Order: sequence, then structure tokens, then C-alpha cells
Amino acid sequence: MSELNNTETLNLEALRKKDKHAFALLVDQNSDHIYRLALRLMGSTQDAEDVVQETFIKAYKNLDKFEGRSKVSTWLYRIATNEALMMLRKRKDGITHIDEGVETNDGEIMPIQIVDWCCLPEKEIMTDETRQMLKEAAMQLSTANRAAFLLRDVEGLSTQEAAATLDISESALKVRLMRARMQLREVLSEYFANRMAKEDL
Amino acid sequence: MTHQHGLECKDLIHHLNDYIDGELDNELCGKIEAHIETCPNCKVVVNTLKKTIQLYQDDGESVTLPLEARHRLFEALDLDEDADLKE
Repeated sequence: MSELNNTETLNLEALRKKDKHAFALLVDQNSDHIYRLALRLMGSTQDAEDVVQETFIKAYKNLDKFEGRSKVSTWLYRIATNEALMMLRKRKDGITHIDEGVETNDGEIMPIQIVDWCCLPEKEIMTDETRQMLKEAAMQLSTANRAAFLLRDVEGLSTQEAAATLDISESALKVRLMRARMQLREVLSEYFANRMAKEDL
Repeated sequence: MTHQHGLECKDLIHHLNDYIDGELDNELCGKIEAHIETCPNCKVVVNTLKKTIQLYQDDGESVTLPLEARHRLFEALDLDEDADLKE
């Protein structure tokens, strides 16, 4: 999943010269992934579209500075993540995050919900209501933990790439990732436990 | 809970991220798997954690940039919308 659609090889030399056709190809090869990351980070389609536009505008301006040491996709993820986090910081929307509660004094995240919902049939699991719940649960994470989770687990970047994208150490990335994963697991477990009880599944 | 293979639940939690990501050495990985087999609670935690990640991945696969948004993006970037570029 870390490799974006690459049916036509990007011409890096043409890109550095800001060739419009080469850039259009870059946009089409990467826009779905950047949009998905932006949508999950921001929580609304309008904000996601704004992030996508700003990302590619900045990328175009800086094409001549792209050295090709990282993958183009990783470079774009970095621009998009910075853009989204900047927008969220400016907004300070007062959302209450769920970062507390499952962490012990020595920093470990201890699980609370022990409900085996993996056995639910696939069609029972992924409903429209579930998709909405997934979105809301992710939005309850702190932006730092959410970004780590989305880059690593949804976009499929390696630990090293995700850490570089967020400009943090790999160990810091792992801490954020663990918190995000465990907190989402708690929310999902509670949700499916309620559904199993309600629907007698 | 301590089990005969000497690994406690809190040890599993400590290594859970690396275990899920396949980043543990074989010996520790084996101990964790032995623990999971004998500890129903840890088994549930590991399985539901994997499933949580998988659900987010599955959900993400359905997301694409809407065509109207692509149109506005190309306009903002002053690019030609060559129909051949996006199948």
C-alpha cells in the first residue's frame, strides 16, 4: 500500500523543470492518497479539498527543490501533513480528545475492553454506521496521534517514513502509534460490544 | 497473569506494537505467540487490535478524490484536464 499508482513512470527531470504534463501525471497518481489522508486528518471533505489544493500548489512551487532522495509520494505526504496540522492548529477547535484514561503511570497503555468481536460476520462489521463510527473515533484522537496512525497504518508508510514525515524520531512515532491503536481499539470494542448486545449477534 | 513460558500480560502489551508490525526477533515472537495461546484475554486484545487496523485500511480503500474536486484542483493548478490521465 505504500507504493502509489505508478503505471506511468514520473519524469523527475521534467518535473524539476516544472513541466505541466509531468506535473498533471504526478497529481493524478497521488491525489487520491493525499485526499484520503487529508480527509481523515481534517474530518470534512471541504477541508480535505483545501489541503489537497494547498499541497499541490506548494509542491509545484518547490518542484525544483525536490532532490529525489525520498519517494515523491513521501514528499507529498509530508507537505500535506504539515498543511493539515497547521490548519488544525490555527483552528483549535476545542474537541475533547481521548488520550487519557488507558495509560498507566509507567506510560504503558493497558487494554480495558476485552470483548471478542472479531467473530462477527464481515457484512455485520462494515456497515455505514461502522464507517461513521470509525471516522468519529479517529477524530477523537489528538492530531499528533491521529497523523501517526494514518500515515503508518492507513497509508502504509514504514516507521522510518512516517517518522520522517512528521519530523519526529522513530521511537516517538511508535509511542504515538501505540496510543492511537490502543485507543481506537477501545472505542471499537465498546461499539461492537454494544451492537452485539443490542442485536444479539 | 504469569504463564509457564515466563511472559506476563504486561510484557505482551509492552511489545504489542512491534509484534503487530512483525518487528520482533524470532525468540520473543515465539514467546508472545505461546502466551497468546494460553491467555484468552491477550488473544482477544491482539485479535481486536489487528482487526481495528484492518477496518481502517478497508475503509480507506473506498476513498478517492471526487471528480468535481479533481476538476477544481486542476483549475487551481492551471493544468489541462487530459481525459486520458485518469481512467
